[in-house]
Amino acid sequence: MDKTQLGEFVKSVNPDAAIVEGKQYPEVTVADTELHSLAKKLRESEDTWFDFLVCITGVDYGDVFGVIYHLRSSKHGHMIVLKTKTSERAKPVLNSVCDIWNTAEFHEREVYDLLGVKFNHHPDLRRLFLDSSWGFPLRKDYVDDINIVSK
Amino acid sequence: MEEIIKEVVIDEQEEYTINMGPQHPSTHGVLRLVVSLKGEIVKNIEPHIGYIHRGIEKMCESITYPQIIHLTDRMDYLSAAINNEAVCLAVEKALEVEIPDRIKIIRTIISELTRIQSHQLFWASYGMDMGGQTCFFYGLRDREKVLDIFEETTGGRMIVSYNCPGGLMYDIHPNFQKRVKEFIKYFRGVLWEYDAILSGNVIFRERTIGIGRLKLEDAISYGITGPSGRASGFSCDIRKQEPYSAYDRVKFNEVLYTEGDTYHRYLARIEEMRESMNIIDQLIDNIPEGPYFVKMKPVIKLPEGEYFQRVETARGELDVFIKSDGNKNPYRVKFRSPNFVNLGVLNHISKDFKIADLIAIAGSLDFVIPDIDR
Repeated sequence: MDKTQLGEFVKSVNPDAAIVEGKQYPEVTVADTELHSLAKKLRESEDTWFDFLVCITGVDYGDVFGVIYHLRSSKHGHMIVLKTKTSERAKPVLNSVCDIWNTAEFHEREVYDLLGVKFNHHPDLRRLFLDSSWGFPLRKDYVDDINIVSK
Repeated sequence: MEEIIKEVVIDEQEEYTINMGPQHPSTHGVLRLVVSLKGEIVKNIEPHIGYIHRGIEKMCESITYPQIIHLTDRMDYLSAAINNEAVCLAVEKALEVEIPDRIKIIRTIISELTRIQSHQLFWASYGMDMGGQTCFFYGLRDREKVLDIFEETTGGRMIVSYNCPGGLMYDIHPNFQKRVKEFIKYFRGVLWEYDAILSGNVIFRERTIGIGRLKLEDAISYGITGPSGRASGFSCDIRKQEPYSAYDRVKFNEVLYTEGDTYHRYLARIEEMRESMNIIDQLIDNIPEGPYFVKMKPVIKLPEGEYFQRVETARGELDVFIKSDGNKNPYRVKFRSPNFVNLGVLNHISKDFKIADLIAIAGSLDFVIPDIDR
């Protein structure tokens, strides 16, 4: 499927999704509550068949956190980018996609460890690189007077 | 005299945990695995990582793009030049800079030499893990020749920092082409030894064939890329899917197997060395004359937006995600490192094998720990 067809498919599943034909891949922005159902549909539908979760990136947008999913189909060779935002900054929670792709388990633990976004229904959500006494270093308001030189 | 030593009874049904690492010699770095065992059968593995987490992604947010290049070397230090290339390609794509053929071809040759030396070290250390000390000496003997070529042209042996946004740090050394051709001729002549010592060895084959089998659908679901994924039949070579640099003008085969066991993960790397030599053969005599860099602005600022670049390192797919807000520093940099993702499958494929097989399985995934921790 090319970019336009993928956009139409997403529109048919979720009419509220905002679709941008990006330079490289089509980019879809959905609400945090609808991400899991859209991802499941994209994974299971024969025409899209996004069976390879390339990576999950967490971004601090300032007021809220964003999580970006890059998906690829091993059968059709097309890619799509899913974007979502948490509803608030104080208690950021999203739904886990571990039941759709096994690789999400490690990616989501990384996002939790470095950004503090929690994932519902994750089988084993613990800190990954850092100790539990650390803050969340990829947040923009993270302060470390010893190791970070501020200008 | 009273008998002091009493018979020790171990309950065969009871599970117990042992700690493997972070200083275990077969993990080649500070990787700690907490292994649950029943007898000597592995029941569960829990990787504990982060011993050399340096926060590279956070550091990138306060430095400029040319400075990021030097941090990428320190992730997967065996694919240093390819990591550099990933960031350079992302920056060049964002700035829409046209890169001349000379730079593209030199980058491709350096990348393939990097891949060869990485697989040579894999072969050397894997042979040693499996009890063959000779492999280590043979592997390093040949790897030195590649490192000497790197040293002459780039000034570095492992941490080369050779690519920079807009081209290369320095032009190639006048001896470069001659020495690369000499090396390819030499290495073609000795590669049969690799097969003779290890691939055909009965003990080695007994220890690896059928061990740690990874099915195709699991390989895709766990996102296993690189030679490890291709051994299971997952066609995931970025050089074919989204050709970058000069990969669109060379002919080579994607090494694919269907067995997906430890032996074929090993074999995929040996075959990739042959393919890499074919790629270098096609390019080494066709380096056009011209400048080795494109003049860029002294301060590189990317236009606002998000940029994503995929490259194929020696271990799999490395993706760079850059979100820029228009400043000289990136707003967010993410590295999707192949080793980090590949580690996730270790528990799945090692279950119900013996603890001695765990060394073989973990070795065949070819971890580089700084790339896991970043």
